[in-house]
Amino acid sequence: MKYTIKEDPHKNELVQKVIEISGENIFACYQCGRCSSGCPMAEFMDVLPNQVFMFLQEGDVDTLLQAKTPWICAACFTCTVRCPVGLDLAAVMEAIRELQLRKNYDYVDPYKVEERGELPPIALVSNFRKFTP
Amino acid sequence: MELKKVMFYPGCTLKGVAKNLEDSTVESAKVLGYDFVELPGWTCCGAVYGLAQDSVKFTLANVRNLIKAQNYGKEIGDNRVIAVCSMCYNNLRRAHIDVMKNRDKLKTLDLFMDEEVDYEGNINVLHYLQFLKNDVGFDKIAEKVKKPLKGLKVAPYYGCLLLRPDEVAIDNREDPHILEQLLEILGAEVVDYPLKNECCGSYHTVDKKEIVSERTYKLVNVAREMGADVIATSCPLCFFNLDKRQEITKQRHGDFQHMPIVYFTQLMAIAFGLTSQDVLHFEKHYISPEEVLRKWL
Repeated sequence: MKYTIKEDPHKNELVQKVIEISGENIFACYQCGRCSSGCPMAEFMDVLPNQVFMFLQEGDVDTLLQAKTPWICAACFTCTVRCPVGLDLAAVMEAIRELQLRKNYDYVDPYKVEERGELPPIALVSNFRKFTP
Repeated sequence: MELKKVMFYPGCTLKGVAKNLEDSTVESAKVLGYDFVELPGWTCCGAVYGLAQDSVKFTLANVRNLIKAQNYGKEIGDNRVIAVCSMCYNNLRRAHIDVMKNRDKLKTLDLFMDEEVDYEGNINVLHYLQFLKNDVGFDKIAEKVKKPLKGLKVAPYYGCLLLRPDEVAIDNREDPHILEQLLEILGAEVVDYPLKNECCGSYHTVDKKEIVSERTYKLVNVAREMGADVIATSCPLCFFNLDKRQEITKQRHGDFQHMPIVYFTQLMAIAFGLTSQDVLHFEKHYISPEEVLRKWL
């Protein structure tokens, strides 16, 4: 994974938006890696949870907007409860998704969902809440 | 014996695909002396709690439900609302804690709602397991066991939303025991299940079935290695992912062996002697637990 310091994250508008939406101080992360080591979804991610914070601290939100990771996170809160500095990582993942969803982006198209009659309502409701505007 | 009325929040899923969870909950509560009255006019909880700080929309429906509970609670003289679906419990409880902590948010919501009275904040949202342990008492449950599930090896599975985040955890989030305690009282043999608090893949079951199937493969295989006959859960989404998704798991992994999944309430009903299919609804299972539970049916 290539890291480049893009610009001062304190001046980067997207980083500031992530902070505003999530309510989390992304600069508190000191890369202990506990989030990534316990994440049940890590094996399916292209950017690990701790790396998400590395990119944010380097002012590089563009990489995160291209990444699969925010859409792989299942908001299980394992990282959130284990973070030694108390960061709510699930909220940060949600903020990165929100940057796209708030532009009226559909990550999942409800009309293309298979097994609509068979899936539990909570599966559909939670999926659409996380993946549609 | 007259049954004591307590408010029950079923949630959408219990009304359809998880009828087995609803009926086994309501019927087992009757045995213990409680009439679970459906909260009048309840609406969907939203399944996942909104994590964006600048949005109140995900809290609204839950606060409306809490207000309905406040109104009906005054009528029956009880401020407890019991939920058994993990997602419903998590949402209602989080909403209550959220608006109690952030009074500005509650004020915004109160101003937005025209018809409802303001939320006073005295509703006690409980998961059925908490209710069983703290309000009913495990000793009283033990008295009602007619058919101890002796010899049945059960892997207790909590999933995420009963244990996380910390503010809504019904037990120690890293090493919970409340479900084990109940299962032991029912006479079952509880196996040590290290993945009991790991995510099942949740809502990815809609658009990323393959991810869920990998979780199912791991969760079921580890339960088998630990010697379990069945996995017991309380969440209808975990249930679906562990049960129905065994179909695709088998297609992806030739060596995979099926395992039946049950709700803990079904095991409780069976131990209480409630073995009718009107209560258990095994037709709702993809992998039927009938074979494994035959001895007690």
